[in-house]
Amino acid sequence: MKLQKIVMTACMLLATSAAMATPATDGLFSRYKAQGAAGFDAARGDKAWHKETQGEDGQTMSCSTCHGKDLGKEGKHHKTGKVIAPMAPSVNKDRFTDAKKIEKWFKRNCNDVLARECTAQEKGDYLKFLLDK
Amino acid sequence: MRNTFKTALLAAALLTGSGSAMAEENFFLWLVNFTRQKEVQPVDNKAWNEECGSCHLAYQPGLLPGKSWAKLLDEKALADHFGEDASLDDDTLKALRVYALENAADKSWHKRSRKIAQATADGEAPLRIVEVRYIKRKHHDITEKMIKGNKDVKSLSYCNTCHTKAEEGIYDEDTVDIPNFGGHDYD
Repeated sequence: MKLQKIVMTACMLLATSAAMATPATDGLFSRYKAQGAAGFDAARGDKAWHKETQGEDGQTMSCSTCHGKDLGKEGKHHKTGKVIAPMAPSVNKDRFTDAKKIEKWFKRNCNDVLARECTAQEKGDYLKFLLDK
Repeated sequence: MRNTFKTALLAAALLTGSGSAMAEENFFLWLVNFTRQKEVQPVDNKAWNEECGSCHLAYQPGLLPGKSWAKLLDEKALADHFGEDASLDDDTLKALRVYALENAADKSWHKRSRKIAQATADGEAPLRIVEVRYIKRKHHDITEKMIKGNKDVKSLSYCNTCHTKAEEGIYDEDTVDIPNFGGHDYD
């Protein structure tokens, strides 16, 4: 009986840790470290995600402008209105499974929101923050 | 006698035209097919659908001439794609460029693409589909309040907001449904 409980807990722990990282993100984390990033911090990622920057026409924008306030729900492109699948890997299993795709969107979206590319440190923090969702 | 001459001329013209028609498919298949060639060739390229379609309608290559696609699908141009960074890796960009150029309006035998090709044959290559003379003319009776003043439309660029079959390359009037205005006899 006791053994069963231990096994169950172990399985649940495994399952939660599996949801928090993918082979793709593991690879990216080590790449970012090799590029000079230190440890990664979800809280720092959270703050940067919600930081408002100056967008077009005097409006401010942040990642939430397109991805929405609830990362478990769909977002909407601020110009074209195209639906963006939820960012949270807990509801969207396809998220963060393709390193090339992650890097592609970091490049584009950092340029659009921050008007520059993100550093390895910033990208790792964003990922850490998002993987918990 | 004169009629025979005319027929011969017509036949000759058709035959010489067949060379370029091969770009799309067999000319004789095209000749006997009256239904498939009316609109715009639907997208039949997975990467095109994925890459273009992740931000907006994956506009069919047949909506712009090759010279326009050549300008748009360029590394530098994509870094500022109407104000957004739409950069692609080299291999993907190359493949999409080839697909666009091979299926551009001036290479297509679909009726609507032919008209777009004609309208853009001279002068500067338009970067926006809505700048094509033919497309402008087709929308001349669509008022500002249906587009800009319509919170569910906002811009003429979002074809599929009103053209319910835009994704299939169908743009005829019968398939139009303008949000808050309705079908094509809205006035």
